[in-house]
Amino acid sequence: MGYFSRFMVPHASPAIYASMVAIAVTMFLLVVGLTYFKKWIYLWSEWLTTVDHKRIGIMYLISALLMLFRGGVDALMMRAQLAVPENKLLASQHYNEVFSAHGVIMIMFMAMPYIIGFMNFVVPLQIGARDVAFPRLNAISFWLFFMGAMLFNLSFVIGGSPDAGWSSYFPLAGNEFSPSVGTNFYMISLQIAGIGTLMTGINFMTTILKMRAPGMTSMRMPMFTWSIFVTSVIIIFAFPVFTVALLMGALDRLAFTKFFTITDGGMDMLWANLFWVWGHPEVYILILPAFGLFSEIIPTFSKRNIYGYKSMVASMIIISLYSFMVWTHHFFTMGQQAYVNSIFSITTMVIAIPTGIKIFNWLFTMWRGRIRFTVPMLYSLAFIPLFTIGGVTGVMLAMSAADYQYHNTQFLVAHFHNVIIPGVVYAVLGASTYYWPKMFGFTLNERIGKMAFWVLNVGFCLAFFPMYITGLDGQVRRMYTYSADTGFGPWNFVSTIGSALMALSYVLIVYMIYYSIRHSPREGASSDPWDARTLEWATHSPVPEYNFAIIPEVNSREPFWDAKYKGLSIFKGEYNKIHMPNNTGAPFIMSCLFFVFGFSLVFSMWYVAGAALIGIFVCMAQRSFQIDHGHYIPLEGVKETEANYGGGSDK
Amino acid sequence: MKTTRSIFVCFILSAFLTGCDLVVLDPKGPQAETQADVIWLSIGIMSVIVLVVCAILVYVLVKYRDSKLPKDYEPPYIEGNHIVETIIVAVPVLIVIFFSVVTIITNNKVEATPEKYKGQDPLIVYASSSNWKWHFSYPEYNIETVNYLYLPTKRPLEFKLYSYGPITSFWIPQLGGQKYAMSDMVTTLHLAADDVAAMEGRNANFSGEGFAENTFYVETMKQVEFKKWVRDVKGRAAPITEKTFNKLLKPGHLGQLTYTGTHLGFSPPPMEHSGQPNDEHMSDSDAKGKHLDHPHSHE
Amino acid sequence: MNIDHSKPLEYSTEQNRLNILGFWIFLGAEIMLFGTLFASFFTLVDRIGSGPAGEEIFEMGPVLLETFFLLTSSFVIGLVVHAMRIGNKKAMITFFVITLLLGLGFLFLEINEFMTYYHEGATLQTSAFTSILFTTLGTHGAHVTLGIFWGTFIIIQVARRGFTPETANKTFIFSLYWHFLDVVWIFIFTFIYLKGMTGV
Repeated sequence: MGYFSRFMVPHASPAIYASMVAIAVTMFLLVVGLTYFKKWIYLWSEWLTTVDHKRIGIMYLISALLMLFRGGVDALMMRAQLAVPENKLLASQHYNEVFSAHGVIMIMFMAMPYIIGFMNFVVPLQIGARDVAFPRLNAISFWLFFMGAMLFNLSFVIGGSPDAGWSSYFPLAGNEFSPSVGTNFYMISLQIAGIGTLMTGINFMTTILKMRAPGMTSMRMPMFTWSIFVTSVIIIFAFPVFTVALLMGALDRLAFTKFFTITDGGMDMLWANLFWVWGHPEVYILILPAFGLFSEIIPTFSKRNIYGYKSMVASMIIISLYSFMVWTHHFFTMGQQAYVNSIFSITTMVIAIPTGIKIFNWLFTMWRGRIRFTVPMLYSLAFIPLFTIGGVTGVMLAMSAADYQYHNTQFLVAHFHNVIIPGVVYAVLGASTYYWPKMFGFTLNERIGKMAFWVLNVGFCLAFFPMYITGLDGQVRRMYTYSADTGFGPWNFVSTIGSALMALSYVLIVYMIYYSIRHSPREGASSDPWDARTLEWATHSPVPEYNFAIIPEVNSREPFWDAKYKGLSIFKGEYNKIHMPNNTGAPFIMSCLFFVFGFSLVFSMWYVAGAALIGIFVCMAQRSFQIDHGHYIPLEGVKETEANYGGGSDK
Repeated sequence: MKTTRSIFVCFILSAFLTGCDLVVLDPKGPQAETQADVIWLSIGIMSVIVLVVCAILVYVLVKYRDSKLPKDYEPPYIEGNHIVETIIVAVPVLIVIFFSVVTIITNNKVEATPEKYKGQDPLIVYASSSNWKWHFSYPEYNIETVNYLYLPTKRPLEFKLYSYGPITSFWIPQLGGQKYAMSDMVTTLHLAADDVAAMEGRNANFSGEGFAENTFYVETMKQVEFKKWVRDVKGRAAPITEKTFNKLLKPGHLGQLTYTGTHLGFSPPPMEHSGQPNDEHMSDSDAKGKHLDHPHSHE
Repeated sequence: MNIDHSKPLEYSTEQNRLNILGFWIFLGAEIMLFGTLFASFFTLVDRIGSGPAGEEIFEMGPVLLETFFLLTSSFVIGLVVHAMRIGNKKAMITFFVITLLLGLGFLFLEINEFMTYYHEGATLQTSAFTSILFTTLGTHGAHVTLGIFWGTFIIIQVARRGFTPETANKTFIFSLYWHFLDVVWIFIFTFIYLKGMTGV
């Protein structure tokens, strides 16, 4: 019993026991279902071993939607606890675990995979490539992310959740003040997922640099591809910083080093600095691809080319540079001198300039256009004013003298939700509807989609605008309860109603997917349902394994639009046999070993960890010795597939 | 879209209406006043920006919606326009320059002794946090309190902040913004109070289980009153000893306590940039701190 | 597989060119990794708590020898690539083995050095300074260790399969990696050891 007592949850509550049961039941049903429908082989050969960027993208998106559920339930619990003063629904410790999990899951395991999912699905199609530069590495990236997410989620049923916030500041997150294994889960699962993300960055930077279709010069790249290129650069420079920080954090907790301790020279401020040197660029890793998605959706539904292409590109590059020069604004109150704060205030405010340029460019893209109010466009239209509010409150926060008053309050919480939700979440929800037909060959139900949008929009405003007010009234964040005489009560109640509406919109979105799968017409579905402009719409829907039977040739920024309306041909030449990478189970197996490795580290089970590590190295060695030249789809195969889609892929 | 905007307008209006009641916008000292001024100024300018963006958006949506346009209308190809692009760069640049000037001036203001009271010696208070309490030492008067602060008005106040545990943040919103208290460095916060008032201060930075209740009571009083209180404490309170102090440091919540003497002698604050924070020697002295009855007791 | 014979073997296929570019980008990430470790080192170098400072434990002799081993191995890996380019398999393998032996020698000395520190009371847990010292050196050492295994695999593959686009590509990428570790060591030598010993 002694050995196994480490797996107990230290602050168990009925909710946690219920979750354990729910997880067990779900797992059981999953296994039974897969067995009953004889889907094990299908699952293994079509998904677990795939190296196809489109399937990997879809797996990212599914994971993100599931994690949105988990993070959303956390959010609802917090809102329920704060709905009325002196609420006794959650104990303090439980509330702390819930908001820590909410932050980590929403940023790392919801927003990131959503973005990376679209990155995977869209970028190779947009640049006219057949896959990414390193398809197998891409599979490793996904499975490492997935295992990291699973490891993190395991924490609340085995061993206990992290309870030091998503920023996990030391010494609070150290052994002395956070004795459960929760923070170990944080350090190790994020490390595993982070390695995956770093490799994604390398993969996509190489892909975009080297694998663009002939004729696609850098200034002809679609805006989303540009955003992903810039994002990849940020990932490559930001994530190693986090890797080191997490390594130090894990060592402090597991090997009793003295990096961030109170005694023996440890320095708590070092963690805060390293965390935000990664953490601030991380924000732009999320928002730039979202900008990219809006830059695809808005031109399509305005029937106009993007306004100010060059300034859009320049803005993103400037934002990426500045994203590394502002991290101190997360702790203006740490005691730096006034001039240091002034410098970081100014660099932070400077970011508003390129961001403002982008907002105006979107507006001018719609100007003299022909605007259609589809679901993706509605999300984009709501994004513009809401994100502007989030952005200007960001400038307010950037003024460090005033930040002394905003810092750590609900005002800050309102601000970052106000940029992340209309920025990132609206982008991915809009893009989900936008790219759905490309992924699955049928469109999502418009009516339910619009309903979900409106409910979400109202819910968002109700949930977060009151926080600006309570923040200025002195309600600090991460406070599990407040007394009635603070006067926070009514505003918080409104917030809770808003969060319930947001939950309802999630239900509607899931229902929309279910309904569309059941009822959306498959026959006669167009490969270009939105009358779009870029290359991904030039191939069939759903996209064949090899993406393009003939590699397109690009002569302009909007090759597909010009092909449709100016008669420029993009597919020249004959069908040929196509080289494709082989499927492999190794990424999945290796990532499972990473999971075991991480899990045993969390609980200091050194022998198991050592064995898993050896297993990981064996996988790498196997890869080194493997001769893998991929395979060819024969000419007949290509012709047959193309014929099944009904002719050439041009139009 | 309309609902969104009307909700937003409602919020802005209600924010303005309730503005005077919000603690941050109800300053009782020069620092908080500076900050409130910055906040109002930025809310003003930022509202204009939001309105401009919304106005353009509404105009474009009304004018160029699909259903309103003639069937044969084909949107033109527009690469960009140098004049327009110059304007959308120049205006934000000007705003940022303006705010930069404001931020530099106000940063230096809040990081210095308030100008109003510059002539006087500041009252130095060492404010240290431990899970989940605040210890206030007044070396000038050689007294120490726990979880409450009495402060003289119209005299500069200089808080020396540090922590016996996680990072905390010392915040009295009506006197001025917050600053971190950390275990390996002393930070300084300059405040001052204009008027007599009772208010709440708290730790604003999440520090674990007892964080929500990690508050303290603040009362500002005329300097004569303050001196009277100090004399009162000296007459009534028991001395603080190392042993008592170490007991106080144990995690938990305490009411308001008062002692003569300070812990600065036997448990000095961390040196700036030293590798060695204060070490906590135990001593055998067993004098006990005595609770003082307090009219404003908070717990 | 299209092989372009006008280019060196390691650049001869599309995948090879992608691999090399991808690896350069990876090295960019590695620079950030070590850069962060260095930045943390400089932040924590004076925070010695009750433990020893750098000048009390560093010894010039072994460190110079380590430097010599690693610098020489970096030169020899250059010879490996050269031998590969002129198609001399035997010389290539010989030089490759020498490279890895020098790497092993380096590791042996470094582990010895760690043992000495340990006996002098400077462990991973002594102070913030020793923690970051061991972590920075250890991260470099772990890279060298991994490199030795990786290099061994490549030698076996070259011995078995000869010079193919794949083996040439791997060898070339390995040489980039090895040179990179050498550069990192030069920084470690200068800014951790020399600076620590002279106290400049």
